[in-house]
Formats: sequence, structure tokens, C-alpha cells
Amino acid sequence: MVEVDGLGKLLKEHPFFADWSDDYRELLAGCAMNHRFGAGEYVAREGQPADKFYLIRHGSVVLEYPVPGNDPLLIETLHEGEVFGWSWLVAPYQWSFDVRAMELCRMVSMDATCLRGKCEADHSLGYELFKRFLPIISERMQASRIRLLDLYGPRK
Amino acid sequence: MIPRPFRVLRRRRELGDTFTLELEADDGTPFAFQPGQFTMLYVFGAGEAPISISGDPAKGPLVHTIRAVGTVTDRLMALKPGDHVGVRGPFGAPWPVEKARGHDVLIIAGGVGLAPLRPSIYHILANRQDYGRVAILYGARTPKDILFEKDLIKWRSRFDIYVDVTVDRAEVGWQGKIGVVPKLIDYASFSPEDAVAMVCGPEIMMNFTVQGLQRTGVASEDIYVSMERSMKCAVGYCGHCQFGGRFVCKDGPVFSHAEVAAHMSVREL
Repeated sequence: MVEVDGLGKLLKEHPFFADWSDDYRELLAGCAMNHRFGAGEYVAREGQPADKFYLIRHGSVVLEYPVPGNDPLLIETLHEGEVFGWSWLVAPYQWSFDVRAMELCRMVSMDATCLRGKCEADHSLGYELFKRFLPIISERMQASRIRLLDLYGPRK
Repeated sequence: MIPRPFRVLRRRRELGDTFTLELEADDGTPFAFQPGQFTMLYVFGAGEAPISISGDPAKGPLVHTIRAVGTVTDRLMALKPGDHVGVRGPFGAPWPVEKARGHDVLIIAGGVGLAPLRPSIYHILANRQDYGRVAILYGARTPKDILFEKDLIKWRSRFDIYVDVTVDRAEVGWQGKIGVVPKLIDYASFSPEDAVAMVCGPEIMMNFTVQGLQRTGVASEDIYVSMERSMKCAVGYCGHCQFGGRFVCKDGPVFSHAEVAAHMSVREL
């Protein structure tokens, strides 16, 4: 079990939290928990409560969409240094996809109820979180749109 | 302007609609070219098409990797060993492999865009000690559409080069990355202020890749792109490939982004 001090250090090492103030990082470490997932293990399931978001410290995950009776559709892979999970920001707070570990993964989760409570109490904290999440969401949306263009497909 | 006769030595299918032709001059003379240059391949009775050279500039034969997208390239795909084509060239401005000496190098390709970049990869690997960190970043539509897969695996197995591959989509069983090529820039290790990037692929992909490079701090004048426009004469005479005040055939197809940035944003061009 990693103590809160240790979690603060892990947060500081991750690019998402690298440029935060020490005070905010200490505050947020109280919402953090360390995790380890084995290859093939599901981190989150579509439709389940999105009560966390995750920082990937080591390893890779794949976002999938389940297809009844068939193999899931693979959406995107995410890797060391990245974050995933923003459904905790938007009601009804449910995961949009399955998330599966492609290999051994070490992650830090941030508890959504804890975070939302702290953001309500301190709006500046909320602003800092949104300021960092929005570029990530924007980049992922742009990447999805680029892939929709099917740039490498047969020419028409 | 007169095509020289070349004989097809080998034809190899790379992907569904993409194939490689190895050619040798009828008179046996070696064909000298610089990485990034192209030739006009003439199919007797069908016409000519500009095709990037995809082989090793240090040794023969003359190699082209071609995607069959029209009349001439369809006829090229139908050629067999022993058949003849006409070759004009080489033409065009090459990749900046000399400017890149002493610098980190990023080679970023999408789809069949890896073909025009392969000669520069051969050159850099043959002179590896002259370059800093070297990264090859490649994106394809699906795992089945990865071009030169054996080469990518061989390059990746070296200890002095970084290779990363992503696909737009994949099925269960694929253990690699799924995402867009510009994202691979984030995972590579290089000094942005000391890097030269060579980018080739669909123009939209190049635009987003250039943006990704600039976000890391790579200067516009150190990013090189390969522009594609309709080319006919290849010698800057007919005007078909005019791109702003430049001809793609003569002044390109490789340009520094700084040279062409303003024109790339003009829709009519």
C-alpha cells in the first residue's frame, strides 16, 4: 500500500500533474490510489459507473467497444504518461468504452467523488483540472476525426 | 525528355493495390539518384506517370513502389519480368539528408508515403555515425496495410534507431498502437531544437504532423514535406504542377515547410 506521501511523488512524476503546485498535488494525493493490472485484465467496463480517471505510469491499454456475439471493436491505444477517463466529468458518469490492459500496467487512479467534492469547495482547483483535461479531450477528438477521414483508403 | 528503355527485372506485390518494380537499363548503365527524387515511367501505348524512387541510392537496381490508381499505374502493375518501360529522370529536389548530418532525424510517413522516404532511410543507416538520434514513425490504415513490414521489423531490430508504428484501426489480436501518426511524435525521444524532420503521406496527414512537430518546438525550416501535384513534363515547362510561384517537379517535390506553409493553406492550390 503506497502512503499518501508516496502517491504525491507518483503524481509529480506523471506528465499530467508535473506542472501543478505542490499544494494542489498534496491535496489531490488524498483522492489517489495505486493500481496494478495484468495483461488482458479489464480496468473499466462500458456502462459501469465512471468513478475514477487513471494515470498510466507504465504499460498500455486499449479502448474497446463490446459487440454482442463478436470480438470487440478496438478504438484506440493509450500508453505510459497518458491519462484516460473523462466520463467522471459529465453526468451520468458512466464509462463510454471498455478499457483493457494490453500488458502489465501500473496506474494511479483518481477518485471522482473525492475530486468533484474538492472542485466544488475550490473552484480554482476545478479550473486547473478542466484546463488540463480539455486539451486532452480536444486532441483525442481531433485524432478520431482524422481517422474517420480514412486518409490511407483507396482514392476516389 | 526522351525516355530510356529499362527492363523489368522483378515485380513484387507489396499490398493489395501496391507493388514494387525493379528495373535495369537496357544499356546496363547504373541509374544515379538522390533520396526523394522521382522518375517519369512511360508505359508504351498508355502514357507516363511520375513515380517516386523507393530503392537504395547506393546500389542498383532502380526500384519504384507504386500504388495502382489509374490507367498508367494499372498498366505498370500488369508488367512482368522482361517487359520494358521508358524512364525519364531523375527529377526533383531531394530529401535534406546532407543538411540533417549532425542532427536528430525524424522520418515520418503515412501509408504509401514510406516509399519515397525509404531511400533516405537507406542513406542514413549506411552513414549512421553522421546523424544524431534517428526515429522512424509510420502509420497505416490497418495492420494488413503496413508497407515494407519486413524492413520496419529489420530497422526496429537495430539498437541505434527508434521505430514506431500505428494503425488507424485494428482487430483483436493486434498488439501494437492504434491511433494517428502525429501522436507517435509524443512518444519519440529527440531534441526539437536540433532535429530535422522528413514527412511524407496524404497532405492532410502531413498538415497535422507538421502541427505536431511545431508544437514540440521543431522549426518550420527544419521540417520537410513531399508535395504531390499533377505532374506532366517533370521539367518545369508545362505548368501543370505549379504551386504558388514554384513547380513541384523542379523545385520540389521535397520542400521545407517554411517555403510552402503559406501556399498549403490556400484551398485553390
